[in-house]
Amino acid sequence: MTEEAPAELVATLRDAAVKIRREIIRMTYAAGSGHPGGSLSVTDLVTALLFHELRYDPQRPDWPDRDRLVMSKGHAAPAFYAALAIRGILPPEELLTLRKLGSRLQGHVDRNKLPWVEASTGCLGQGIGMAVGMALDARLAKRPSRVYAVLGDGECQSGWTWEALMAGGHYRLGNLVAILDRNGIETDGPTESIMGIEPIADKFRAFRYHTLEIDGHDFPAILRALAEARTVTDKPTAIVARTVKGKGVSFMEGQHSWHGKAPSAAEAEKALRELGDPRGVPSR
Amino acid sequence: MSAARPTESLRDAYGQTLVELGERDPNLVALDADLSGSTRTVLFGRKFPERFFNVGVMEPSMMTIASGLALGGRTVFASTFAVFAAGQAYNAVRQSICYNRANVKIVATHGGLLVGADGGTHQIIEDIGLMQGLPGMTVIVPADAPTTRAAVRAVAERSGPAYLRLTRENLPVVTDGTFRLGTAAELRAGNDLTIIAVGALVARALEVAEELGEVGISTRVLDLASVKPFDAPTVLRAARETGAILVLEEHTVVTGVGALVASVTSENYPVPVHRVGVPDVFGESGEPWALLDRFGLSKERIRSEAWELLRIRGKVQ
Ligand SMILES: Cc1ncc(C[n+]2csc(CCOP(=O)(O)OP(=O)(O)O)c2C)c(N)n1
Repeated sequence: MTEEAPAELVATLRDAAVKIRREIIRMTYAAGSGHPGGSLSVTDLVTALLFHELRYDPQRPDWPDRDRLVMSKGHAAPAFYAALAIRGILPPEELLTLRKLGSRLQGHVDRNKLPWVEASTGCLGQGIGMAVGMALDARLAKRPSRVYAVLGDGECQSGWTWEALMAGGHYRLGNLVAILDRNGIETDGPTESIMGIEPIADKFRAFRYHTLEIDGHDFPAILRALAEARTVTDKPTAIVARTVKGKGVSFMEGQHSWHGKAPSAAEAEKALRELGDPRGVPSR
Repeated sequence: MSAARPTESLRDAYGQTLVELGERDPNLVALDADLSGSTRTVLFGRKFPERFFNVGVMEPSMMTIASGLALGGRTVFASTFAVFAAGQAYNAVRQSICYNRANVKIVATHGGLLVGADGGTHQIIEDIGLMQGLPGMTVIVPADAPTTRAAVRAVAERSGPAYLRLTRENLPVVTDGTFRLGTAAELRAGNDLTIIAVGALVARALEVAEELGEVGISTRVLDLASVKPFDAPTVLRAARETGAILVLEEHTVVTGVGALVASVTSENYPVPVHRVGVPDVFGESGEPWALLDRFGLSKERIRSEAWELLRIRGKVQ
């Protein structure tokens, strides 16, 4: 139903995503804390959104008709900041100020500091509700804006998530897309052994979402899903994107221990070597 | 000057004490909301997997579930970061736990600015105010690991809801661990001025008191770990005997311990009370101890408020 993404675009996105992953490692290393695992899992999704799908003006973050991206899993801030830098919106040097006193790059995305952040998040379960509010606002104002919310799967244990999702389904928000970074892991371990959320796609369907299941690291699939979401106007879309926590760094992949800790110098160096970063570890 | 005091983790102290209590009381259960490694309830979970419920990211429901377990007669410990325990879950704590008088002990880690790099969203500076406003709630803010151990045991022994606010950072050992509910511990005697502090700022209070001592000012230091029940007699005696009180807290001055001390003294024995706490703003990302300076809790600030009070009382020029 939707056309295959051009190979050129896919190559551009892949290239950007590798660069973003390198920055995630460099910046969390420099910060000495942060959340590399869930930043690396969401990288390809955020790349597809910020480099292709979203309509926005990098020079005018307050353009009213822009599409909005709400990072409901606000701890994946490094992926968002790195994407802005690779996209040419933030100066790359600024990335190394992550989590430091006075930085615009707060530990969790913060609109008080950085104008490209649509909603400050950090406490899970709230971003999707703010996204619903933004989608309602756009509809009321007859603006063409579309709203994309990126959720974590641990975050889907929160009742607040489902209350807000229910509202999105009830109000038939065709301009809302909920994207689930289904990496299968939260802070303490696998979601399914802590508090299972399956069958998650059925849950979204039951909450009246046009629901798609994709491989969240397959750019053609991501682009297809986002394009299909645009064609669904009478209900919101949910994209369940199966991902790998820590994607791209062998020793972080699938490990809950990399949810919320920064790599050491040696670990960062190993990770950067795997990601083909010629620059190596930044100074801390 | 005193040699630097050794530091210890309050969170480890909690986790270990919880295991000890679990060994003694087979009816004791614990819950966490996907932060068991950080809160250290993981120690209990490893030892007693059948009595440990890591419910995932659902703090309000963790509190309602905790209440249900407690209403059946168990002693229940529930842990997560303070911003989720007191903030996210507030009404569950209010109704399911306090209104129902459920025997739930909320041990909230990562209170205040010392959360550090996670930023303002995670640095709850309102929790003491929220929790002390709840009828029937016990509120404890330990200054160190020995007090944490004693306080965890004390709340387990007594039926009813309790909120313990722990600090993420390791803190210097400043007490001998003889914590008593409802008692403000006098850590240093003095008659020129009283400094009352909670949590991480108790160590700073002692440091400033010591410096003042070197220039002949005798400063009383009270550790108000037991915020509620509040030790009014000891605080009022300090007001009478020293004539001025400086309150230090890693919390908003709007609803914190300083506001409490000021209202109790003002009604019973008015003396100047100055508050050193977080002004009416949210925190931000940064190195934990640098944030204390950034938000007005530096030693310089504490010193200058102390001298100001001494001037007001005419004890210095
Ligand atoms: C309400 C709330 N509770 C707890 C936390 C602490 N926390 C941060 S990330 C996280 C795990 C989230 O898991 P998931 O949504 O799967 O994130 P991902 O694996 O995608 O990084 C937790 C418990 C939080 N930020 N907000």
